[in-house]
Amino acid sequence: MKMNKVAVIGVGLTKFGELWDQSFSDLFVEAGANAIVDAGIDGKDIDAIYLGNMSGGRFIEQEHMASLISDQAGLNPAPATRIEAACASGGLAVRQGVIAVASGMHDVVVVGGVEKMTDITSERVTQTLITAADQEWEAFLGMTFPGVYALIARRHMHEFGTTREQLAAVSVKNHANAKDNPHAQFRFDVTVEQVLGSTMVADPLTLLDCSPITDGAACIVLASPEKAKEFTDSPVYITGAGQATSTIALHDRERITVSDATINAAKAAYKMAGKGPEDIDVAEVHDCFTIAELLAIEGLGFCEIGEGGPFTEEGSTARGGKISVNTSGGLKAKGHPVGATGVAQVVEVVLQLRGEAGKRQVDADVGLTHNVGGSGGTAAVHILEK
Amino acid sequence: MTMGAPRFWRKTQSRYNLYGVKCKSCNATYFPPRKICPSCRRASKLEDVKLTPKGEVLTYTVIRSAPEGFERQTPYIMAIVKLDEGPMVTTQIVDCEPDEVEIGMAVEGVFRKIRESGKDGPIYYGFKFRPARADKDLAV
Ligand SMILES: [Zn+2]
Repeated sequence: MKMNKVAVIGVGLTKFGELWDQSFSDLFVEAGANAIVDAGIDGKDIDAIYLGNMSGGRFIEQEHMASLISDQAGLNPAPATRIEAACASGGLAVRQGVIAVASGMHDVVVVGGVEKMTDITSERVTQTLITAADQEWEAFLGMTFPGVYALIARRHMHEFGTTREQLAAVSVKNHANAKDNPHAQFRFDVTVEQVLGSTMVADPLTLLDCSPITDGAACIVLASPEKAKEFTDSPVYITGAGQATSTIALHDRERITVSDATINAAKAAYKMAGKGPEDIDVAEVHDCFTIAELLAIEGLGFCEIGEGGPFTEEGSTARGGKISVNTSGGLKAKGHPVGATGVAQVVEVVLQLRGEAGKRQVDADVGLTHNVGGSGGTAAVHILEK
Repeated sequence: MTMGAPRFWRKTQSRYNLYGVKCKSCNATYFPPRKICPSCRRASKLEDVKLTPKGEVLTYTVIRSAPEGFERQTPYIMAIVKLDEGPMVTTQIVDCEPDEVEIGMAVEGVFRKIRESGKDGPIYYGFKFRPARADKDLAV
C-alpha cells in the first residue's frame, strides 16, 4: 500500500493534568487555537475535523462530541466526526485525518483528541476505563484495567525473566523526561525504590507503574504537501500509517505477552514509509502501564521479543540512547487523557523533528508514534519524517 | 460493570455450565461461544460443547483496588486459566491465598457467587476456579 504524503503544518496542546476550571470544549478550543496559530491558517481554511474521544458519554455524560466541539470552536459547518477506539481513539483520529487528506477528499483538516476525566470520582473513572476490555468475560468477573496489564506483566516476567526493577525503569525514565516538558502532569523524578514501594494496585503493578487520570487535549493540522507550501517552508510529513486489530479479551490472544496488533500495525506503517525499526530516532509509544512500554518496544522491533526489560534498564530507550522513547514523559508522566493521547504523541514527535522540543530535544530525522486501545485490541502506528 | 438480567441470562449456559463451541471444520474449541470460527470463517461448523472445568494457571494478579460489586472481596486473585481442552478464560481463583497461587498450578471450576449489584439488586452466580483436588466431585 502506497500513500500520498501528508504534511503536519501545525500542532497544539493544553497543559495535561487536573484542570478543574476547564470544560471538555474549553480544552479542545485551547489546543485547537494553539494548533491553528502554529499552522498560520484561518478557521475558514479548515475543510474537516476529526476528533478522538474515548468516553464523553461516561466521563461527562455527553455524546455527539463532534458537533459540540466544532460549534464551540466556531468551525461550523465543516464536517466534524468523532472516532472511538478506547485509548487508541486519538491515534485512529489521526489516521482518519491522514486518509482524508491523502485521498484528496480534503486539503486541510484538523485532528483533535480530548478527554475530560476528572469531573467524576476515580472509582467511576476505573469503571469507565475497563469498558475497553470485554465487559461480559473480563470486567463482569471482577477484572480491572490495571489487572489486565498485571496479568501480562506476570507472564512476561515468567516467560522472559523480566524483573520488577526493569519494569520500574520505564517509570523512572519517563518521569525524568516529563520533568523537561512544561505540558506534563508529573514534572518530578521517581526512583526504582519509590516505584517498587508505592501502593500495590494489582500485583505485580504498583501505583507508579500506572498512568494517571488526566484532563487534556491535543490538536494537529494536516494538509496536502501542495497546500502546506502556502503556510510553511518546513512541514513534517506523515509517510507511514498502520492500524491493526486483535481480540478484545486478553485471554483470547494467542500469546498474551506479545501485542500482535502492534506488530501488524508497525509492519504496515514501516512498509508504507519504506523504513524499518533501525531508522527510527524518536518514538512516542503507549505506556499506559510500565509493562505496556516493553510490549511496545518489542512489537515495534526496537529490540527482540522478551528483551524489552534489559533494553530499557541499560538505557537504550533513554534520551540520546539507541532510540529515544517517550521524550514527552509518555502516558505515565506526561499524563493520559485517553482520547487525546494518540494525537499528543504526534505533537511531541513533530516538535522533536522540528527541533522545538526545548530541554528534552534529541537528534532526530525520523519519528514514530504508537497508540493502543484496551489490552491490545487496537493499535495504530504512524511514521513521521522531516 | 452493571449487567441487566437479559444480558446475563442470555449466557447462563456458559456462565453456569461452561458451555463453549467446537468447530467441526478445524477442531478448535472456543469459550465463550462464538457464532463464527475465526480460522474457518464461512466454513465454520460450530456446535455446543460442555467443557471440562480443569486447567492450569497461565498468569495471575491480585486485585487490591476493586470495581463496584467486588469491594468486599479484596484482595482477590484474578487469573487466566488455560483449560485442558484449549480455550483460555479469565476467572477468579478461590480457596487459595494470594501467596499460594502460582503459574502452572492445576485448577478446577467451582460454582460460586460472582458479585452483588447494590443492596437490593440481583446476586449473580457463575464459575470460579480453585486449586485442583483429586478427591472431590466437580461442582460445575
Ligand atoms: Zn474452524
